[in-house]
Amino acid sequence: MARSFTPCVLTANDLLEGNVVYRAPDGGWTRRLGSARLFVDEAEANRSLAEAESQQGAIVDPYLAAAEPGDGGGPRPAHFREAFRAAGPSNYRHGKQEET
Amino acid sequence: MYRYDSFDREFVRTRVEQFRRQVARRIDGSLTEEEFKPLRLMNGLYLQLHAYMLRVAIPYGTLDSRQMRKLAHIAERWDRGYGHFTTRQNVQFNWPKLKDVPDILDALADVDMHAIQTSGNCVRNVTADHFAGAAADEIRDPRPTAELLRQWSTDHPEFAFLPRKFKIAVSGSPVDRAVTRAHDIGLCLVRNAAGEAGYRISVGGGLGRTPVIGSVIRDFLPEADLLPYVESILQIYNTHGRRDNKFKARIKITVRELGIDAFRQSVEGRFRIQRREFSGVDQTLLRDIRAMFPEPGYKVAPAGAFEEALESDPAFRAFADTNLQQHKNPAYVIVTISLKAHGATPGDATADQMRVIADLAERYGHDEIRISHEQNCILPHVHRGDVPAVYDALRQAGLATANVGLASDIIACPGMDYCNLATARSIPIAQGIAERMKERGTERAVGDLKIKISGCVNACGHHHVGHIGILGLDRAGAENYQITLGGDGTETAALGERTGPGFPAGAVVGAVERLIDAYLELRSDDGETFLKTYRRVGMQPFKAALYAERAERGGPQP
Repeated sequence: MARSFTPCVLTANDLLEGNVVYRAPDGGWTRRLGSARLFVDEAEANRSLAEAESQQGAIVDPYLAAAEPGDGGGPRPAHFREAFRAAGPSNYRHGKQEET
Repeated sequence: MYRYDSFDREFVRTRVEQFRRQVARRIDGSLTEEEFKPLRLMNGLYLQLHAYMLRVAIPYGTLDSRQMRKLAHIAERWDRGYGHFTTRQNVQFNWPKLKDVPDILDALADVDMHAIQTSGNCVRNVTADHFAGAAADEIRDPRPTAELLRQWSTDHPEFAFLPRKFKIAVSGSPVDRAVTRAHDIGLCLVRNAAGEAGYRISVGGGLGRTPVIGSVIRDFLPEADLLPYVESILQIYNTHGRRDNKFKARIKITVRELGIDAFRQSVEGRFRIQRREFSGVDQTLLRDIRAMFPEPGYKVAPAGAFEEALESDPAFRAFADTNLQQHKNPAYVIVTISLKAHGATPGDATADQMRVIADLAERYGHDEIRISHEQNCILPHVHRGDVPAVYDALRQAGLATANVGLASDIIACPGMDYCNLATARSIPIAQGIAERMKERGTERAVGDLKIKISGCVNACGHHHVGHIGILGLDRAGAENYQITLGGDGTETAALGERTGPGFPAGAVVGAVERLIDAYLELRSDDGETFLKTYRRVGMQPFKAALYAERAERGGPQP
């Protein structure tokens, strides 16, 4: 049986700053997971990943990360690793939380 | 301490300039990430979960005030105002921007520091006993040996592409504070029956996914034969080490697959040839290096202030009980500055704290600072009479936590709060345990207890050699923590034994409390440490206490 496709976001790190970024619906990159595009179609997700892989002047290490529709409409992470990537370090408030 | 000569300076500056141009070419698109990644890693620049991370070597854990102030400056100017001291006697900056890294490396070069060989399959930062040059039990200062190895291994063309990374630790004392048996090569300075100086050498130790206590390959190697012998070990490893499987590429697997006797035979055979290649210039170099590590110019002064503070200030007495260690000069002590305030991130120091430490080292500590693999900071030479003044300054900077060697003096790797490889978080577990210890107020009564936490099987948090080891894993999409007991990183090295099923993040603090309560019940007297009690009674009573609730609920037991 073919592996079933899981909805996902396209994510990477910003080349200059290192920050976590997500593919936005307009085709650019956003730093907020909630503003990311949730891919529900496998072919589109793969196409977007391939495109990102060829655009490495702006980002590093793009990959597809499993996500679910969130309450506010935007995606939320399906796994705790992606939750920490989206939120920043949990030991004390610094890093990403400080800026948003 | 060692000062760069013109060769060192030129080498480091050249590398900074090369890297500056490599960064520019990455940013302008001439280099792809695939091309750039090995270049940045050669210069200690990783890409972690949230940001780049720059890992800077502190060779054998030794710094002076000028270097510490430069780390503070870097933290403030290019990072977020703090640095993280690691179990490898490195310091990591968690938030540098790519374009700033060449400037940071230039700033480091100003004070004889760099980030070269803090990544990659090469000989990494050589580590040593953090009490080197000061400990009362020391046979000889291990730092000149470590510096010789640093110079020999830096940019060594034959060992730039080993099968895997390679870690060397040196101890100059029979009390092993450098975890030598968990290193690819562990060197202990010893004297033979004739009183001659030499090394006992262990090989193939390591933690990670396959933990191994190193095997002794030579009981006594004459001092002058060190480099040809170490070079022979590396040559045999370079030839036989596995390059087909990353998980089997460390020397511990080579030693295991060949067997220590066959491995030793190969090394000794190679050594007979290699020894002839060394003309003795290395020994001249070692003598020159040794001259750069003189005894401090000890002062003669009254120590009355120390005795008075002990009498009058219970908080000072508590600090003295845990954070002072015996110095070889009876008028002096070694002061350990805990970077483990209850609830703080183990190993983190703010720029302001770094400056306080630098000032104290300069004023009271013969300008010497050490970083320990236990993620603390040390003033190795403080006159007893100056300890109260040092303590007062530390207290004002939030650095006087009196918990060295106690349950809250926890090693924790960065874990999933920062690290790309982590499978679970480490730091919040350490924070939770330390805060609970503070609430209970019994950690002094509990005594010596080493809790070590890693956020993945790579074991940067040394959990295998923790009296209580905690390993964070991803179990079906949730953080889960396995516990091991009885590990020991000292001269009586042992790997911890797993207790049984793991615990979810919210249950780890309670599990550790049950183990501590069980120990307090089981110990024969106040002097029997956790580790001694465990060695006497074994796993079973601890396991019973750990899983008691599970048994009451009638759930599955290990």
